[in-house]
Amino acid sequence: MIKFEKFTLSNGLRVIVHNDTSTPMVCMNILYDVGARDEDPDKTGFAHLFEHLMFGGSVNIPSYDEPLQRVGGENNAFTTNDITNYYLTLPSNNIETAFWLESDRMLSLGFSEKSLEVQRNVVIEEFRQRYLNQPYGDVWLLLKPMAYKLHPYMWATIGKEISHIENARMEDVKAFFKKHYKPVNAIMVLSGDITTEKARPLAEKWFGPIPGGEPNKRNLPKEPEQVEARSLTVEKDVPVDAIYKVFHMCSKYDKEYYTVDLISDILSRGNSSRFHNELLKKQKLFSDINAYVSGDLDNGLFVVSGKLVKGVKMEDAEKAIDAELDKLKTQFVDEKELTKVKNKMESALVFSEMDIMNKAMNLAMSEHLGDADLINHEVEKYNAVTASGIQEQAKKIFTKQNSSVLYYLSKRTKK
Amino acid sequence: MSQILDRKTAPGSHALEKILIAQAKQLKLDNGIPISLINAGTQDLVKIEFIFNAGVWYQPVSLQASCTSSMLDEGTKTRKAAEIADGIDYYGAYLEQEVDQDWAYITLYTLNKHLASVLPVLEDVLKNPVFPENELNILLQNKRQTFLVDNEKVAHIARTRFSALIFGNEFPYTYRLKTEDFELLKREHIVDFFNTYYKSDQCKIVISGKVDDSAVKLINKHFGGNDWGINNQQPSIVSGSIKSDAQNKHFIMRDDAVQSAIRIGRILFNKLDPDYHAVKVLNTVLGGYFGSRLMANIREEKGYTYGIGSRIISLRNAGYFFISTEVGADVCKPAIKEIYSEIKRLCDELVPDDELALVKSYMLGDFVRSVDGPFALAEKFKKIMLYNLGYDYYDTFVDTVRNVSSQQLRDLANKYLTENHLHELVVGKMQ
Repeated sequence: MIKFEKFTLSNGLRVIVHNDTSTPMVCMNILYDVGARDEDPDKTGFAHLFEHLMFGGSVNIPSYDEPLQRVGGENNAFTTNDITNYYLTLPSNNIETAFWLESDRMLSLGFSEKSLEVQRNVVIEEFRQRYLNQPYGDVWLLLKPMAYKLHPYMWATIGKEISHIENARMEDVKAFFKKHYKPVNAIMVLSGDITTEKARPLAEKWFGPIPGGEPNKRNLPKEPEQVEARSLTVEKDVPVDAIYKVFHMCSKYDKEYYTVDLISDILSRGNSSRFHNELLKKQKLFSDINAYVSGDLDNGLFVVSGKLVKGVKMEDAEKAIDAELDKLKTQFVDEKELTKVKNKMESALVFSEMDIMNKAMNLAMSEHLGDADLINHEVEKYNAVTASGIQEQAKKIFTKQNSSVLYYLSKRTKK
Repeated sequence: MSQILDRKTAPGSHALEKILIAQAKQLKLDNGIPISLINAGTQDLVKIEFIFNAGVWYQPVSLQASCTSSMLDEGTKTRKAAEIADGIDYYGAYLEQEVDQDWAYITLYTLNKHLASVLPVLEDVLKNPVFPENELNILLQNKRQTFLVDNEKVAHIARTRFSALIFGNEFPYTYRLKTEDFELLKREHIVDFFNTYYKSDQCKIVISGKVDDSAVKLINKHFGGNDWGINNQQPSIVSGSIKSDAQNKHFIMRDDAVQSAIRIGRILFNKLDPDYHAVKVLNTVLGGYFGSRLMANIREEKGYTYGIGSRIISLRNAGYFFISTEVGADVCKPAIKEIYSEIKRLCDELVPDDELALVKSYMLGDFVRSVDGPFALAEKFKKIMLYNLGYDYYDTFVDTVRNVSSQQLRDLANKYLTENHLHELVVGKMQ
C-alpha cells in the first residue's frame, strides 16, 4: 500500500506527495502528457528531440544540470509513444532547487539556437547508435508502419527517419513548447523525505504563478480494424534469422489489458513458461523467444519475437509459435498455471516499489491513467483474471488477419 | 504575493551533514559460512545472495565459470529443469545466476511469505545439480548465437579486444572467447568446476530486505550443515602476470559501421590502493557524470556522440581505467583529439575551485543515493566485504572527496593519465 496525498494548484497542475522517511532523499517526477503520438507525420521524433532541449537552459537559468549537480542531485528523462517523463533525485535539504529548476523550464525555455543545433546532432548519433549500428536495431522502424496504417503509433519515438530530426527548426520547437508544456498538461509527484505541508507552499511559490493554459483535445485517427494478414521479409547482414510477429490488442485503459498482460507471462515469463519449455528446450527451434505487450495508452500491440536456431526453417518456427497461440484459444489455462503467473506478477509489483524513484514514476503513471490510487489496486486487477477471459482474448487477438509478421533473415545463412 | 519571485538566483543550498549507512549484522551459519543481514525497507520481501569464489579468474577453460552457474538449475538428482523452474516461479520468486571476473552470485528474490517454500528448491540446486548433457547442449548453442550477435556490435568488439591490450593474452581476466570454444566445453569441465568451487567453504551469504534472525535460522536449516563442504578437488592457485601490449594504438576496421567505438585506457589498481578514492574524484571530473568534461565537450559542445564516459574498475587482482564512446564515423578523428586534449588539460591545469566544489557535492549526493533501500545497502556492503574491508572504507571515501585539492588531482593526472600510458582502440571506420 502506497500512501499519498494529492492537491491541485489553481493553474491546474496536479501534485502528489508520498512521504517515505527511510531515505534522506527526495524524488521529483514530472510527467507531461505529450508523446510521439502527438507529432506531425512530417515532423516525427520531435517529442523526443524536445526532451533533449529541455536540458538546454530555461528562460531564467542558463544551465539545468549544473545547479542540480551542485546540490548533489541527479536527473534523467524518457519519451514514449504517449508521454514525456522527467525525474530527479536530490538530498531533501536542497529540495527547493528542484522546484526552482523545474518550474522555470515549465514557465519557458531559453530557446537557444546552439542547444538546438547540438541536440539535433546528439539525437542523430542516438538514432545511429541504437537503431542503425546494432544488429536487428531497425526492427521497430520496420514493424510499426506495417502494423499501423493510420494511427501515429506508425512511427517510432526516435522518428521515422533522420531527416525529420535534421529539419527541426526553432519555430517548431517554440510551437511544441507552447502547446504541450504547461501546468494543465503536467503531473508532479514528490516522493521520499518530504511532506505535503512542506511541498504545498513550495509548489504554490514556484509553480503557482505559471499560466495554466488550456487542456489539449487529442483527436488522433483511430486505427481501422486489420482485415488481412501482413508480412514483410528483409535480408540483412546479421548472424541468425529472427521473427517478429505482432497483433493488435486493447489499450492500457481497458480492463482486458490485465488479461492480455498475463497471457504474455504464460507464454514467456521465466523458465517455467510455455515458450521456454516447448519452443526453446523441447523443440529446440529458438535460441531466444519472448512475448510481451507494448502497454500503450491507445490500442497497442502484442509482440512475439524470437531468434531461430541455425538450420531451423522460418516456416517451422512460425508454425510452432502459432501452435502455442492456438493452445490458448482451444484449451483453458489450468488453475495452477494461472496462480503461478498471478503470484509472479504480485511479487514483480512489490519489487518495483522498492525505491522512491520507481514509486514516484508509478504514481505519476497511475494518475495519468486516471487515478493515482490505481497503483494500490493493480494486484487485485491481475487476480481477477480468469481462464475463460484468457481464452476469450486469445481468440480475439491471435488471428491470422490481425497479424503482422517481420521475417528478418540473415544474408549469411541463406547460402 | 507581496514580492516578485526571483527566478534568476538559485535557492540557498545545504551541505550534506553526517552520512549514515545502515550496517550489516554479521553472523555465521553452523558450518561457518559467513552470513550478513541487512534489515531495511518497507516491502515484505527478501533477497538472498550466495557468493562463491568461482568467477572467470578461476577457469582454465573458456565458458567454464559462466556455464557452471547457468547450469545449476537445469536439473538435480531428483528434479528436472522444468520442475525447478515451476518450484521457483509458482511462488513468484526469481532465481538469478551471474558470474563476474572474480565471483559467482546465485541470488534468490522472494516475498517473505514464500521463503520457506522456495528454499528447499534452492538447496537442491546448490547441492545436487547433475548438469544434464542435453541441457548443456541447448545452453551452448544459444549462448553461441548470442555471442555471434554481440560480435556484430562495435562497442562489444571494442570492450572485449581492449582487455587483451591492457592485460596481455595470458592473464586470467583477458577475454579470449572464440566461436570454437562452444564446442570445446564438455560436461566434465562443468562437473569439475562445480566440485571445486561451489562448496560451503568457498561461500558467503548476504541477505537483505525486511528480514530478521528467523530468516537466518531458516537458511541455516538448509545450508548450515557439513554436507556440502568437502572439496573433491583443491582449487589450484591461479596466477599470471599482466603484459600490456607494447603498441599503444590499435584500429579494427568494420566496413559497414556508421559509428565507431572508441576505447582509451590503461591498467591501474584496485580499491585497496591508497590513491583509489582520489583518482575516483579525478575520473568524475573527466568522465564520471553527466556534467563531466568529456560529456560537456564531446556531446554537449560538439554533438559528436549520444554519450561518453570514463570509469575505474576494481577487480580482486587488478584494476583498470577506461574511456568509452560511440561516435559518428565521420567525426571519429576529431573526437579522439578532443579526448586527449581533455586528458592533457587535467595534467596541465588545476581544476577550478568552482568545478571541484560541484563535483564534490555531486559525488556526495550520489553516495547517499547509492545507499537508498535494502538492496542498495547490500551492494555497498558486498563491495567492502569481498575485499576484506570494513565500513571505515566509506568514511575514508567521504573524507577524501571532501578534502582532495586541485593540486593533488593535477599530480594524480600526471602520475597516471599521461598519453604514453594509455592504450587506444578504435573499432569501426575512421574517415
